Amino acid sequence: MARKSRPLPEINQSSLADIAFMLLIFFLVTTTMDVDSGIYRKLPQWIDQDQEPPKINRRNTFIVLINKNNDLAINGEFAQVSDLKERVKEFILNPRNDINLSEREDKFVEGLGDVKKSKGVVSLQNDRGTDYGAYIQIQNELVAAFNEMRDEFSMTQFGSKFITLSVGEQENVRQAIPTSISEAEPVEIKR
Amino acid sequence: MAKFTRKGKIKGVPPISTASLPDIVFMLLFFFMVSTTMKETDVNVKVRLPEATETVKLEKKSLVSYIYVGAPKLQHQAQYGTLSKIQLDDQFSDVGDIGDYIAAEWEKKDEKERPLMTVSLKADEKTKMGLISEIKIELRKAGALKLNYSSRKRYTNSKY
Repeated sequence: MARKSRPLPEINQSSLADIAFMLLIFFLVTTTMDVDSGIYRKLPQWIDQDQEPPKINRRNTFIVLINKNNDLAINGEFAQVSDLKERVKEFILNPRNDINLSEREDKFVEGLGDVKKSKGVVSLQNDRGTDYGAYIQIQNELVAAFNEMRDEFSMTQFGSKFITLSVGEQENVRQAIPTSISEAEPVEIKR
Repeated sequence: MAKFTRKGKIKGVPPISTASLPDIVFMLLFFFMVSTTMKETDVNVKVRLPEATETVKLEKKSLVSYIYVGAPKLQHQAQYGTLSKIQLDDQFSDVGDIGDYIAAEWEKKDEKERPLMTVSLKADEKTKMGLISEIKIELRKAGALKLNYSSRKRYTNSKY
């Protein structure tokens, strides 16, 4: 007897969701969405030790020391980390032309014209026993000081923050305010 | 007319169709599949990164080489002790090995992108600076001058 052929029954799809859920949960668990970030610094070129370091005028150096107890000293006196940023800014910008703070010379920068560029150098020295965490904290404050100075400079020159400037403009601002942090090799600093 | 009258009992609320559920789940699945990065190296040292506010995001992962510094994890302490060690790739190394490591990483990178090579230093905040400084000297000797002190982002009220 010829039976009327029925169409094939549809495959049940209700378990598809379960399978997809299982995969989803696997990826959810294994995913780590950490974004790598950190403080950027450029190391100085390696030069042979017998080469004499350039002489810098005393008033143009800002000496930051960290000893093995993670204490901070600015120009030989104990200081607080929270004050460091303002001290660096004051030293580099030298708004009152203090003779103990850094010299400012006229320098021609492309796109900006003549700007007052500081000759100041921040010298950072640490002990071999200093904690890395404390060191990064100090580095952070120093970088923050330079970033803020660039921001303020960009505000007066271009009316916008440093980060919003074009690459060329950023380069010009960098020339006007270079990150002048010099790091000496660590020594054993006496208490 | 009788044709339009309902036959039988009045039905309840029809169940919500779950036919689109797999689509939604698949969408989520693809999102996670795309955004996932599988870990390439097992970190054998304990690293608790220091905190900082002035952090910059590392742009190109393929151009970054990692150096881990910290105390060995518990299962390695019997062999390597508890003092801070350097980990390059998958193994514990000495300061002297950094030069070779950088040279090998340098070779791996595309020729055009070599000057952009960055070293990310993932060091524990309790590490002593003596070791870090030795690493920095080795990096300078090897010519890897772009350094990133890996740190966690900290938000302060003073700046924002």
